[in-house]
Amino acid sequence: MTSIQTALPGRSARVRRSPRVGALTGASGLGLGVALLWFSLLVLIPLAAVVATAVAGGWENFASALNNEQTMAAVRLTVTQSAVVTVVNVFMGTTIAWVLVRDRFWGKPVLDVVIDIPFALPTIVAGLVLLALYGYESPLGINVANTEKAVFLALAFVTLPFVVRTVQPVLEELERDVEEAAASLGASRLTTFRRVILPSLVPAIAAGAALSFARGISEYGSLVLLSGNLPLRTEVASVRVLTYIENGDAASAAAVATVMLAIALAVIVLLDIIQRRVARRD
Amino acid sequence: MTETPVLVRWLLRILAVGYLVLLVAWPVSLVVLRTFENGWTNLLTAFSDPVVTHALQMTVKVAVVAVVINLVFGVGISLLLVRYEFPGKRMLSALIDVPLSVSPVVVGLALLLVYNSRDGWFGPALQDNGLQVIFASPGMIMATAFVALPLVIREVVPVLEEIGDEQEQAARSLGANAVQTFRRITLPSIKWAVVYGVVLSLARSLGEFGAVKIVSGNVVEKTQTATLVVEQKYQNFEQSTAYATAFVLAFASVICIVIVSILRPKEAS
Repeated sequence: MTSIQTALPGRSARVRRSPRVGALTGASGLGLGVALLWFSLLVLIPLAAVVATAVAGGWENFASALNNEQTMAAVRLTVTQSAVVTVVNVFMGTTIAWVLVRDRFWGKPVLDVVIDIPFALPTIVAGLVLLALYGYESPLGINVANTEKAVFLALAFVTLPFVVRTVQPVLEELERDVEEAAASLGASRLTTFRRVILPSLVPAIAAGAALSFARGISEYGSLVLLSGNLPLRTEVASVRVLTYIENGDAASAAAVATVMLAIALAVIVLLDIIQRRVARRD
Repeated sequence: MTETPVLVRWLLRILAVGYLVLLVAWPVSLVVLRTFENGWTNLLTAFSDPVVTHALQMTVKVAVVAVVINLVFGVGISLLLVRYEFPGKRMLSALIDVPLSVSPVVVGLALLLVYNSRDGWFGPALQDNGLQVIFASPGMIMATAFVALPLVIREVVPVLEEIGDEQEQAARSLGANAVQTFRRITLPSIKWAVVYGVVLSLARSLGEFGAVKIVSGNVVEKTQTATLVVEQKYQNFEQSTAYATAFVLAFASVICIVIVSILRPKEAS
């Protein structure tokens, strides 16, 4: 009894005294400070240095780095192949997600693991793996090494999981009764898919597509062994940056890197808009 | 029930399975087959090569340190983002995801510009104080920590949001201090999310290539990691060693995702 009597006033006093959850106290303030310092030293300051170096080189350096025929070709190749791969992912990713959620067959759990392999596999190994089936010693007789198709193949491999993994959870939570209602009202299966299912999948597909495009723009490791990095033909933007670094031309490297950062930033902003719009709809 | 017609279902099934087999399953199994085409010889040859063993040790060392840093930073920042209000929170939350969209080559360039000891922003000062970052392990750890940074946070934040803070408040009001509340209440409920995030970070860290290639200088038996060995051996026509090293890396990463897929249902139940 006594313990309860002494505990009760103490408890209510502490509740009154304790700051509302959400205000920063001494310890959490210090924690935030340390975390922000580390984040700045690791991410923010280095990325700012890239932009600052590009700007410090002056507009002319920026323009000459980007107007360089080889750089132009590399940026064009990177953007087109990323776009093509993203379109393929939108169709194949949605199909695979559909099969994983709605279909049932022997070996489906294995398929689920196979989809995560491109995420987990080191990029250089991804290149080596693709070279084993689509390189010089291809058992299929298909050799795409050192061609544009190799760039496509590598990007398709590394970006495979994005659309699948964003669409899958949405499809799982989709209410079946809405489809049944549409069907009972006389909608054909195609109409049900187009008018009922597809609209709820679009935000997820868009988010997955944005991620896959951003990854395509930034890809490097899987292309090293596979594409041969031939100037004007199979050289991508990140390889171009590396060449500039190796030649000691930091300003030009930073200029191309800034363009890549801008694309990445645009994608992040786009994703944020999509997610906020979805949150509002809920 | 609105079942998909059998024909369409088979068509979609064949399309999905065919795509995955041609793009992922078949190529991956070929690398496994090539590694073991002479039995264990390829693996044994690779493991007796000091270049390979040193690189594997380097990879493990760098990855483990980077994962520990990301674990502490990730759990801390997740708690701050979910449980506290401060100006610029939304901004920070958006910036946290930036490393996922930055090219590894740009990551390498960014660290190079700030930390190289010749004309970097901080590099010369750090060098004078005896800390070499670029072309040494600190830079490699930073590059690895950079690329894997959001993985723990992305796993922990949704779980923290879902469990709410009622239990934590109850613990606080019963007299537990911050450390006790975290250890007894918060940590047990986010345990699986943390483990999941760590496994993903480890897989990502073991496999980092582009960023590490730039900041490490790729010095054989000094700063060369396993992924860099794969590239070098393949280009030097030591393909069996390249396949064997690639197999070791692939095996480690596949083990990671299998662990994750075993953990997942447990987390749900």
